[in-house]
Amino acid sequence: MHELAICQALMDQVDQIALEQQATEVVKIVLQIGPLSGVEAHLLEQAFPLASAGTLAERSVLEIKPQAIEVECSKCGQCTPAKPNLLVCGACGDWKTRLISGDEMLLESVELNCEEDMNHV
Amino acid sequence: MCDTCGCNITNSNAHLVKPGGKLSLTASGNEAVSVLRGLLHENDHAAEHNRSHFDAHGVLAINLMSSPGAGKTALLEATIQALGDEFRYAVIEGDLETENDAERIRRHGIPAVQITTGSACHLDAHMVHDALHELNLDDIDILFIENVGNLVCPASFDLGQHLNVTLLSVPEGDDKPAKYPVIFRAADLVLLTKSDLLPILDDFSPQKAEQNLRNLASAVPLYTVTVKSASALENWLNWLRAEVKAQRLRVVKGQTSQPAIQPEGAALHESSSL
Repeated sequence: MHELAICQALMDQVDQIALEQQATEVVKIVLQIGPLSGVEAHLLEQAFPLASAGTLAERSVLEIKPQAIEVECSKCGQCTPAKPNLLVCGACGDWKTRLISGDEMLLESVELNCEEDMNHV
Repeated sequence: MCDTCGCNITNSNAHLVKPGGKLSLTASGNEAVSVLRGLLHENDHAAEHNRSHFDAHGVLAINLMSSPGAGKTALLEATIQALGDEFRYAVIEGDLETENDAERIRRHGIPAVQITTGSACHLDAHMVHDALHELNLDDIDILFIENVGNLVCPASFDLGQHLNVTLLSVPEGDDKPAKYPVIFRAADLVLLTKSDLLPILDDFSPQKAEQNLRNLASAVPLYTVTVKSASALENWLNWLRAEVKAQRLRVVKGQTSQPAIQPEGAALHESSSL
């Protein structure tokens, strides 16, 4: 249930970017969410209409790119996929690995409509 | 780390922050702005601010996380009693309702600020910042932040702490690190609490609990403790002593530290900004 708080923080950030770019509307928001971020993509999607209401992103599309978990083994050096609660090396089974991806909680990009202002000039 | 953008860049997205690709036009003529910033950018900024405050006053800040009833407050009471006047302490308590935990701490003569979150399931950096206004940081060696009892949400919010300690109490079962990987992976130290119950709850295996923790690629220490015996706290107390010493050294050198989780993004960010 912390997804609503996170979504509200996201909208503040998106609004600020839209203002900086003098956009009239936010068209699309792209996020990267990994399974180890502690954030559930579908709960973010549910929170999005609430958090975006009344903002420049009210009619925008939210795209969430799920990220796969990958670990690098400190012993054998292989990079292999892993599960959230089993981050051991897929090649040699050692547990001393480093997470390479899978904990992303990122705003990747926003797509903005800046055209209206241009037409009025 | 990452004062400038708060991002966590990984191998899979590092190419996006290379020069050249920040602004582009889509097929429909819309402007696409590449951001690559943590969703909690604002919180992370406030957390850095808190951390700077702690460092400026030589305070070591420790965030305690666990499920409700795992014994966070009892551990703090026992710790304060065992260490006595070796250090000066303060506690920030996070709960949905009541001043109960803060009152328990105050009975030991220790300043405690209660944050009641209403229905919020976690503390965030802004709440901690507000609570700091009620404390005199110059009078504190160790600030314990007792997070809301919850094994899910608190893991996602940086408060400005230097270290995370996650508690797992024996009645909860030894599979908790496998069920709640995010919060156990965030720990710099895991404490197996209420170990005095091990003889009764004999289906709890400390070995299995440790294996489940190691399966998260976590090499952090795991200590078995109980507040029922002073000697069973010794590993934890020595860890605290060592961390206070380490923080004092960092302060002298003008350095800081944050929970060990995710050094990857910071390292990549430094290399990409060169």
